[in-house]
Amino acid sequence: MAESNWLTEIPQLDRSELRDIRKTLDTAYRDFSREHGEMIEAFFDPLLSFLVWFEKLLLATPWWLVIAIVAGLAYLASRSWKLSLGVIVSFMLIGYFGMWEDAMSTMSIILVCTLMAIVLGVPIGIIMARSDRMQTLITPILDVMQTMPAFVYLIPVVMLLGIGKIPGVIAVIIYAIPPVIRLTNLGIRLVDKDVLEAATAYGASPMQRLLGVQLPLAMPTIMAGINQTIMMALSMVVIASMIGVAGLGQPVLKSITNQYFTLGLLNGLAIVALAIIFDRVSQAYAKRTQRHLGGMDNG
Amino acid sequence: MADALIRVENLYKLFGNSPEKYMPLVHQGKSKDEILAETGHTLGLKDINLTINAGEIFVIMGLSGSGKSTLIRHFNRLIDPTEGVIKVEGTDVMQFNAKELEQFRRHKMSMVFQRFGLLPHKTVLENVAYGLRIQGVSKAEALSRGRQWLETVGLAGYEEQYPAQLSGGQQQRVGLARALCTDAEILLMDEAFSALDPLIRSEMQDQLVQLQEKLHKTIIFITHDLDEALRLGDRIAILKDGEIVQQGEPEEILLNPANDYVEAFVRDVNRARALTVETVMKDPAYRITADTIAGALQQMKGFGRDYGYIVNDEGYQGVVKAERLEEAYQADKDATLDETLYEDVEPVDPQAVLETVIPNTLDADYPLPVVDEEGQLTGQLTRGTLAEVLGESQKPVEKDDSKVNA
Ligand SMILES: Nc1ncnc2c1ncn2[C@@H]1O[C@H](COP(=O)(O)OP(=O)(O)OP(=O)(O)O)[C@@H](O)[C@H]1O
Ligand SMILES: [Mg+2]
Repeated sequence: MAESNWLTEIPQLDRSELRDIRKTLDTAYRDFSREHGEMIEAFFDPLLSFLVWFEKLLLATPWWLVIAIVAGLAYLASRSWKLSLGVIVSFMLIGYFGMWEDAMSTMSIILVCTLMAIVLGVPIGIIMARSDRMQTLITPILDVMQTMPAFVYLIPVVMLLGIGKIPGVIAVIIYAIPPVIRLTNLGIRLVDKDVLEAATAYGASPMQRLLGVQLPLAMPTIMAGINQTIMMALSMVVIASMIGVAGLGQPVLKSITNQYFTLGLLNGLAIVALAIIFDRVSQAYAKRTQRHLGGMDNG
Repeated sequence: MADALIRVENLYKLFGNSPEKYMPLVHQGKSKDEILAETGHTLGLKDINLTINAGEIFVIMGLSGSGKSTLIRHFNRLIDPTEGVIKVEGTDVMQFNAKELEQFRRHKMSMVFQRFGLLPHKTVLENVAYGLRIQGVSKAEALSRGRQWLETVGLAGYEEQYPAQLSGGQQQRVGLARALCTDAEILLMDEAFSALDPLIRSEMQDQLVQLQEKLHKTIIFITHDLDEALRLGDRIAILKDGEIVQQGEPEEILLNPANDYVEAFVRDVNRARALTVETVMKDPAYRITADTIAGALQQMKGFGRDYGYIVNDEGYQGVVKAERLEEAYQADKDATLDETLYEDVEPVDPQAVLETVIPNTLDADYPLPVVDEEGQLTGQLTRGTLAEVLGESQKPVEKDDSKVNA
């Protein structure tokens, strides 16, 4: 460190020192992953099998059946013919332009990631809501997860697990989970104190309060979190394709490196179509479960 | 007292982070404001002693912030005391562990809330059945009992609505039905009717009184409205800054306020509606026992009044006025008294509310006779008494010792 010009230049580590630090950390992490990588991989094996099985199932099912099921689910969730029709048209177009297989891969990854995010995120959100200590502990972690550039996630995951589906899924989950956690926490904390007090006064146990009052009343907020999680998972899928996640992200990546404008655009549009479908369906569903909050229309 | 159901002894509540540390200040007698300024702790309740008997409606009242909600939440331990003992049926509720406390809340007490506290995601019927469901009663059974209570509070047909679809008064009825549905013997009602408009409110009060006649619950009722307190309460405790300044029967508080605070409370009350005839009437001094007109006139002269109440072995007969008797006497000096000479006036019922007798009292130019169920003359009600009790001079009315609470 040069003492003379610290006024004009920010005090800085020597390059060599910096290099040493990086080297130590990287080596340590690499050793760690070499040692435990396989174990961790084994741990995620069931997830991988499920993902592969689900993807195969989607691809093995005749295209018209898939469309019928998705359109049917959209109708069940939203009770809107327009939305179901939109689903049918978008899927037909996706298939027509030769993106069917990629779209199915993406859908299966999104589904698995969203399910995992809910299964992990909601309980974490509940824990956060129950204790202020946990909230102050977890909130900064979530802040980091949300602001850290998405690419940075990929590095440690790849180092640990190599290139492939599972690291991709993990990266997507890490990227997409914060909204579920945050909004579960928020939703439970916002539950009307009077209502909760009434439940307590009638002798409800903590579990009865959670399942009978807090979660149902927090549901609209939690659903908003899930919705955001789905959207973030979709946008992460493209980035995750860099580490070998199959799906609509792959052609996009290829188009960037090879400057195929139309290919990129088509696949981009397919992602947008999926995003819109997921968004509308989950929102319509959330709205329909909240009938009691006044308006009786199922719009 | 043998039938004390709830007993509160030396109850203190200090809100804040380390209440124990500052309790000595409270015991030194520092005021709520001083403690707040010095320590940042709020004195919620101070040295509360209460006994609540089985089957009575016990009203707790006081201005906003006086600690009413804090006190009622101690009974089912929604708030824990800093010091003191709360006994229900002789059991100290502070000794309960979590499970026992749940059982206690499920079976012993139920609560009606000022802001309803209904579960917005459950139907009206599910709300009413909520307490039973928590107890583990089967769904079918809980709903069928819930349906009966909904009917009792006049909301049959609303079973499948959601609370947000009901008016405030209807929602409060749902709250009441929910509380009654668990069949707990103690009912806690925190300003249960305060959010309602006057008409619905008095309807709900009537309904509560009617239900209470059938159910004989022990009801702890909070209000900041003295009219409501007087209408419902068997006994009333008045809170100020977390302390009880007076407790007793309604008439006692109304007629003998303990201090300026209570008096200020009492000043605005509609006494005409709150007091019964019996609490303000005077002893009937002017009984006429003669059975001839001449004799009656003689007795009247004796008291120096121009009216009198005819009384015989069967009790009260009627009112006579000197003027009319003189006329009759001129016509026939030996005539006996008979009904044709009585004034055309309905005697007053001692239980009647003052308001209902005002017109008659003002119309008559003699005090109205007060006659009890057995037909005996028990008192008289003068215009002067009414003016004194209802008039603007709110000096405590002297009460006859003979009539202190029948
Ligand atoms: N959780 C709490 N923390 C701190 N102070 C509290 C708390 N709850 C109540 N207090 C204080 O205790 C005092 C009594 O409040 P309480 O709610 O019992 O009043 P109240 O008589 O029910 O009034 P209102 O008629 O407005 O409902 C107030 O000074 C209030 O600030
Ligand atoms: Mg209150």
